[in-house]
Amino acid sequence: MTSEPAHMNPARSFQGLILTLQRYWAEQGCVILQPYDMEMGAGTFHPATTLRALGPKPWRAAYVQPSRRPKDGRYGENPNRLQHYYQFQVILKPNPPNLQELYLGSLKAIGIDTALHDIRFVEDDWESPTLGAWGLGWECWCDGMEVSQFTYFQQVAGFECSPVAGELTYGLERLAMYLQGVESIYDLNFNGLDGDRKVTYAQVFQQAEQEYSRHNFEYADTEMLFRHFRDAEAACRKYLADGEPKDGANDQRHLMALPAYDQCIKASHMFNLLDARGVISVTERQSYILRVRELAKACGAAWLKTEGGGVAA
Amino acid sequence: MDAPAMPDLLLEIFSEEIPARMQRRAAEDLKKLVTDALVERGFLYEGAQGFATPRRLALTIAGLPVKGQDVREERKGPRVGSPDGAIQGFLKGAGLASIDQARIESDPKKGEFYVAVIEKPGRATQDVLAEILPGIVKNFPWPKSMRWGAASKEPGSLRWVRPLHSIVCTFGPETEDPEVVRFDVDGIASGDVTKGHRFLAPGEIRVKRFDDYAPALERAKVVLDADRRKDMILHDAKDLAFAQGLELVEDEGLLEEVAGLVEWPVVLMGSFDEAFLDIPPEVIRTTIRANQKCFVLRDPATGKLANRFLLTSNLIATDGGKTIVAGNERVVRARLSDAKFFWETDQRVKLEDRLEKLKSIVFHEKLGTQYQRVERIAALAKELAPIVGADPELAQRAARLAKADLVTEMVGEFPELQGLMGRYYATLQGEHASVAAAIEEHYKPLGPSDRVPTDPVSVAVALADKIDTLVGFWAIDEKPTGSKDPYALRRAALGVVRLVLDNQLRLPISEPLIYASAMHQFVSYLRARSSELQDIENIAQKMRSDQLDEVATKFAGGTKAIELEDAREFFGDKELGNDLLSFFADRLKVYLRDQGARHDLIDAVFALESQDDLLMIVRRVEALGRFLDTEDGRNLLAGYRRAANILRIEEKKDGRVYSEAPDLQIVNDQGQIEEKALAVVLDGAKREAAAAVEAEDFEGAMRALSRLRQPVDAFFDKVTVNADDAGLRANRLRLLNSIREATRTVADFSRIEG
Repeated sequence: MTSEPAHMNPARSFQGLILTLQRYWAEQGCVILQPYDMEMGAGTFHPATTLRALGPKPWRAAYVQPSRRPKDGRYGENPNRLQHYYQFQVILKPNPPNLQELYLGSLKAIGIDTALHDIRFVEDDWESPTLGAWGLGWECWCDGMEVSQFTYFQQVAGFECSPVAGELTYGLERLAMYLQGVESIYDLNFNGLDGDRKVTYAQVFQQAEQEYSRHNFEYADTEMLFRHFRDAEAACRKYLADGEPKDGANDQRHLMALPAYDQCIKASHMFNLLDARGVISVTERQSYILRVRELAKACGAAWLKTEGGGVAA
Repeated sequence: MDAPAMPDLLLEIFSEEIPARMQRRAAEDLKKLVTDALVERGFLYEGAQGFATPRRLALTIAGLPVKGQDVREERKGPRVGSPDGAIQGFLKGAGLASIDQARIESDPKKGEFYVAVIEKPGRATQDVLAEILPGIVKNFPWPKSMRWGAASKEPGSLRWVRPLHSIVCTFGPETEDPEVVRFDVDGIASGDVTKGHRFLAPGEIRVKRFDDYAPALERAKVVLDADRRKDMILHDAKDLAFAQGLELVEDEGLLEEVAGLVEWPVVLMGSFDEAFLDIPPEVIRTTIRANQKCFVLRDPATGKLANRFLLTSNLIATDGGKTIVAGNERVVRARLSDAKFFWETDQRVKLEDRLEKLKSIVFHEKLGTQYQRVERIAALAKELAPIVGADPELAQRAARLAKADLVTEMVGEFPELQGLMGRYYATLQGEHASVAAAIEEHYKPLGPSDRVPTDPVSVAVALADKIDTLVGFWAIDEKPTGSKDPYALRRAALGVVRLVLDNQLRLPISEPLIYASAMHQFVSYLRARSSELQDIENIAQKMRSDQLDEVATKFAGGTKAIELEDAREFFGDKELGNDLLSFFADRLKVYLRDQGARHDLIDAVFALESQDDLLMIVRRVEALGRFLDTEDGRNLLAGYRRAANILRIEEKKDGRVYSEAPDLQIVNDQGQIEEKALAVVLDGAKREAAAAVEAEDFEGAMRALSRLRQPVDAFFDKVTVNADDAGLRANRLRLLNSIREATRTVADFSRIEG
C-alpha cells in the first residue's frame, strides 16, 4: 500500500472514499466510468449495468452514479435522507468465484478492519419491477449497519442473465458517515481538509436538497411531467422501431438500442417525479411501472441484437 | 469378536451465506433426500443427522453397510437344440458369453432346457452414494435458487441457494481412514477439505469423518449445531442481562434467525439514550428487532423496557467488541430517531383526517378500496352493537377509525404495528377508551390461542371486520379450498366463533351475514349500472346503514322507492348466507373438537334444523354430554336405540313410517299399564322438554327427558310391540316414534355413538 496524503484518507474525506474505491476496483480490471449524464433512481439504471448485464460478453465496470429519489427529499433537514445521493456501483460479468473476497478487500481498502468490525451477509433478494429485473444476494452489514447491496443478477429486462453478473452497490454517504464518525450527512468532510480549506457535504449539497425538495413536492410542473412521460415513452418506441434491422438485410443488428434506452430512463424519472408530487393514484401507479417495464424489456431485447449484446459485427 | 464397524458417511456442502430462514429446513431436506435415496436402494442405516450454519449444510449418516445385498437370479431359457437365433437371444439377455455357461435342466413337459444363473454382487455403498448425491445437489428443493459465475452461461447450469464452493464427502468405518466419495457436480469435485470461520479461521481444514469434522470446525470457530448456537446466545444474553440487573425479553423467532446469521455467536450489550423510552415500547422493540435483529431488555422490577439492547455478532473482535457495540449503537440511535420522528409527526394528523387516503388503497380488486371497506364495517358494527351490548355510536366510530393507522408513517414502516399504533394515536387524540381499545383489538383473535377481546365495542368491530371479509370473499367466490386459504378466511370464521362463544353472545349469525352481503351486493349492483367510478365513490360514502334506503331509492328503483327491508331482501344473498353458515358450522365443529367435545354430540346437535345460534349450539352440546354421563342418560339412550331399531325393522317390513301421534284412545282401551304410563309421561316430557328448550334451559330439557327412562324401560320389559292385533301394534309403533320425537327436541340421538 502506498501511503496516501491525510486528506485522501476515506476515514476523513468523502472524495477520498470515492477515489479509494475507484482505485481498488480499477485494480480488479474494472473500467472506471463517469456518472451517466441523466437523472436516474439508482446506479443499476446506468446502461453500463442494465444493458451490459445482458448478453454473453464479459464486462467489468465501476462508477459513481448520482441517484435521484424525489420522494426521499426532506428539505435538507433530515440527517439521513436525501433526494440526491451517490451510489458507487460495481458490476462484474461473469461474477468471479471470489467476489465476496474481492468485496471484503474493498472494505479493507477503505479502512474497515475485519478483526474489529462485524461484517455480515444478510439475505436480501433484489427486485426492480420497473427494470423487469431480479437477483439474489445480501445486504452487507458492518456492525449492524447496511453498507452495501450485493446481488447476483438472475434476470434483467425480462431476460435471463447468461452469464450471471455480480453487482455491488455502496451507499457512499452512509458509508462515509460511518467512517468519519458523524451523525449527519451534512457534517461529512467532503475534501478531507481542515480549517478554512475544509468543505462539508452541507456546503456542497444542502441548498440543493432544499430547492429540489420544494421542486419535487410542490412546484414540479405535473402537466409537463405527464407530457414528458408520454413523449419519452413514444420516443423510446419510435427509436426501437426505427433501429430494428430491416427484413432481408444482411446486417441483422439493432441500430439504436442505447438512444431508446435513454428514453426509458427518462420515463422512469418522470414517473418518480410525478409520484413524489402525489398525482399518481395507487391503481395508476402499477400501470405506470408496467409501462416503464415494457420499455425496459423492449430495450433489453434490442440490446441483445447489438454488438455489445453479443451479436457478431 | 465385535462385528466389523459399519461405515459412516460425512457430507458437507459449503457455500456463500444461506438465508437464515432457510437453514433448518434445508438441513432436514438434505437428510431426508439422502436417506430416502439409500433406503430406496436397499441400504439401511443406524442414524442420521443434518446440520446447517450460514455457510454450510452438513449430514452424517452412521452405520451404513459397506455394500448392498448380493442378488442371485435364475433365468429359464429355450429348449436344448433350439434354433441358433433363440439361443443367441437368450445368451444376450442373460449376459452369458457362451451356452456352456448355462446349466441344463429338465422337466417332464418341456424336456431339457437351458437355465442361466445370474449373480449380481451387491454394489459398493460408496459407488451408490457417488451416483445419487449429484442428483440430490442439482435438484435440491430451495425455496429460491440461483445461477452464478462463468458456468451460468450454459443453459441448465447448477442452481443453489447462493454460489456453492466445495463439497466434502467421505465414507468409511471408524477403524480406518475413510475414503473420499468421488463425484462431480457441474465442475465441483467432492473432496475432504472445508474451511473454518470466515474471519476467525479462514484456512482450509482437512477432515476425515464426522467425529473429527465437528471438533475441527469448533476449533475453527464454527458451531455446527444450530440448537447449540441458540443455547449459547440465550445463555450469554441472560448472563449479560443479569449482570446489569435486567431481564431479557425473550423472542424465539428472533433467536432462531440470529442463530442462522452467525457461525460463532458473541453476544454484546449496547445502550441508547433514555429519552427514546418515550416512544411506545412495542415500537422500540419492533424497530430494534426488525432492523437490527437485536434483543431488548426490561427492568424486572417495573417490567418497563430498559435503554439497553443485545446484539449477536459473529466475531471475537480484537478490541473486545467495543467498535462493534459503538457501530450498532449508532444504527440503533438513527433508527430510534426515525421512529421518534414518525411517532411525533403521526400525532399531528387526526385519525379521521386520514380516512381520505384510504380511498387510494385498494383492499382487493373486486372488493373496492379500504375506504369502502371501512364504511361497510362501520355500518355493520353499528348494526351489531346492540346485540353485543355496545353503544352503536362508539362501535361505528371505532370501526371508522380502525384502519386509519394503515396510512401513518409508523405503520408504513412497521406493518406489524397496525392496530396498536391506531390505539396509541386514538388515545392521544382523546377518543373514548373503548374506541381506542377497539382499534387495536378488532384484528383479534388472530388464531386459536390469541386473546379474545371482551370490551363490547371491540367485539362489535372485530365481528364486523371478520364478517365483512368473509362475506366479501364469498361473494367473489374466493373461498378457501383444501390447504389454500390466502385470505385467512378460516381464521376469520374461527375468530367469529370464538368472539361469540367467549363473550357468550346471543347472535343468530345469519342476520349479519345477510346484511353484510346486502352491502357487498349493493355495491356491485351499482357498479354494474354505473360506468363512472366517481359515482361508486359517492355511493360508498353513503353506505352507512341509515342511508341505505335513501341510496337504494335513488339508484336502484328510479322512481320507485325501496324501503330498507326491501333493499336487504333485494341485495342480500340468502344462499350465500347459508353457504357461509355451514362454513361457520365446520369451524365450530373443529373448534369444539379441539376443546375436547365429542364430535358425535356435535353432529347430533347440528343435525337439528336451522341452528345458527353458536352459543346455543354449544350449550346444547355441553348439556347433552353431561346428561349422557348420568345413568338416566345412558339408559334413555339405550331405550331410544331399542325403539329406533324396532321402528327401523318394522317400518321397513311394512313399507311405511309410523310418524303419526299415538291414538290415546287405543292406549287407554287396549293398552297395558306400562304403555299407558309411557304415553302419559311421553306427552308431558315432550312438552316440558320443548318448553325448556324454548327457554334455553337445556339442563331442564334433559331433566324432562330423563323422566322417560323408567317408563321406557318398563315398556320394553313388559310390553310386546308386535301384538297380534294390527291396530294395537301400529299404535305401539307410533308410541316408539314418540320416544324418538321427544329426544329430537334436544338432539338427534341417532348420531350419538358409543
